[in-house]
Amino acid sequence: MTRAMIELEGVEKAFGANAVLRGVNLSVGRGESMVIIGGSGTGKSVLIKCILGLVKPDAGTIRVDGADATKGDRDAFLARFGMLFQGGALFDSMTVWQNVAFRLLRGAQKRPKDEAREIAIEKLRRVGLKSAVADLYPAELSGGMQKRVGLARAIAADPEIIFFDEPTTGLDPIMSGVINELIREIVGEMGATAMTITHDMSSVRAIADHVAMLHDGVIQWTGPVEEMDASGDPYLEQFIQGRAEGPIEAVR
Amino acid sequence: MTATRILTFIPHAVGHSTLGLMRLVGRVTLFTFSALSHLLRPPFYFREFSHALLFIGYFSLPVVGLTALFTGAALALQIYSGGARFNAETVVPSIVAIGMVRELGPVIGGLMVAGRVAASIAAEIGTMKVTEQIDALVTLSTNPMKYLTVPRILAATIAMPILAGIGDILGIMGGYLVGITRLGFNSAAYLENTRDFLEAADVISGLWKAAAFGFIVALMGCYHGMNSGRGAQGVGRATTNAVVSASILILAANYVLTEVFFSA
Ligand SMILES: Nc1ncnc2c1ncn2[C@@H]1O[C@H](COP(=O)(O)OP(=O)(O)O)[C@@H](O)[C@H]1O
Ligand SMILES: [Mg+2]
Repeated sequence: MTRAMIELEGVEKAFGANAVLRGVNLSVGRGESMVIIGGSGTGKSVLIKCILGLVKPDAGTIRVDGADATKGDRDAFLARFGMLFQGGALFDSMTVWQNVAFRLLRGAQKRPKDEAREIAIEKLRRVGLKSAVADLYPAELSGGMQKRVGLARAIAADPEIIFFDEPTTGLDPIMSGVINELIREIVGEMGATAMTITHDMSSVRAIADHVAMLHDGVIQWTGPVEEMDASGDPYLEQFIQGRAEGPIEAVR
Repeated sequence: MTATRILTFIPHAVGHSTLGLMRLVGRVTLFTFSALSHLLRPPFYFREFSHALLFIGYFSLPVVGLTALFTGAALALQIYSGGARFNAETVVPSIVAIGMVRELGPVIGGLMVAGRVAASIAAEIGTMKVTEQIDALVTLSTNPMKYLTVPRILAATIAMPILAGIGDILGIMGGYLVGITRLGFNSAAYLENTRDFLEAADVISGLWKAAAFGFIVALMGCYHGMNSGRGAQGVGRATTNAVVSASILILAANYVLTEVFFSA
């Protein structure tokens, strides 16, 4: 394999007294699907936001495609990414298709309105939404539908690197399956590098090439998904089996 | 509390709040410079600007117009009864006009717009912040300062003088209506008196004030929205702070600008 697409070294981030990340080391290969697991509130979302520069880490280095992520042209950097936010983060002043086509309607990747709308409707179809949804406002959709619109927006401009923050949380099992397959397809067809945060072990098995478990501010375990079940790591085993007893305290 | 504790508590509290205030002033100043520098560099989001202009300008018309009308009417009554004490009832038209145009038109209009616009800007941007929409903008290669702040500040700075101008006219009309119906003024004489004493400089100084107030309103709305705390409570606090700080700054700026125009 060639050089890693995303490399984190000793990344730390604290909010006041709350030390969330305490030296994260992680490497994601080009075209690889990395899944991050870990209890809620362990800093998975913060980790992704650090890579995108939405949160400024206190220490450590982050390299994307070999270059320091905090330096260089921001616009060119961000144009390579797609991001699905945990809560969807749809713009509620815009219709669904305008949300999906946001990047295609302005800036460097701007194109004619009709074309942008067509692409938006095509992406909506890929996440299992009918074209009738295109002209609704996000507030008129259910939570699961909003999530899928967020997903469509993340892939609209065919990014090289895609982050999915809990893509299947709040979806029914069938739709979760559809989304898992979609993520797999995107990584396969588009050759994109993906980083997915999830709690859902069936998603992990469906999506992941590699798995990393975040606990206590560090990557507790990382390796290929095939080795996950025989890792011998008590933290990872507890998480996979969903037991209340183990090294991970249920009260956090 | 013992005496010594009180003695140390007071300076501590004063020092603490002074430092807090200085920090706030510093942050607001940096925010202002950042907004101004983004104003001068492309891209410019024209659609956002025209939406803001419609919302801030056009939809504030009823509020600003009605308050100006009633203020002018009350002013006429007050000046009439005050003027009667030294047989100077005839000054009503000119003082109503000067008072409205130089002072009350922009200030009352500014305060009304602060209540309406600073609050809604702070609530909208604050909600966008807590629901990660601002983060989403950034990841979609769109600068939130350019996309959200610049259009609103520009729209408010342009719309406010127009609103104040309309407020001036309606305020004078309020005084006129009271003058001819309640105070026994002759309609033509009232209007002539207004025209003769009102100078262009009076009107222009008031419109400059209004532009400054419009800038303040949008700036405070955007600043508090962008710095909103987390959750619904954070947005609520941002909204309140936006209205309160915009109102105080409008009154302070009004004094400073009045001094400037007064000595000019
Ligand atoms: N902007 C912020 N300000 C303060 N604390 C934050 C902020 N963002 C996240 N945190 C804190 O960081 C911790 C990790 O959050 P997060 O990354 O969202 O967890 P998760 O692993 O569930 O995605 C939480 O304790 C959260 O309260
Ligand atoms: Mg999260």
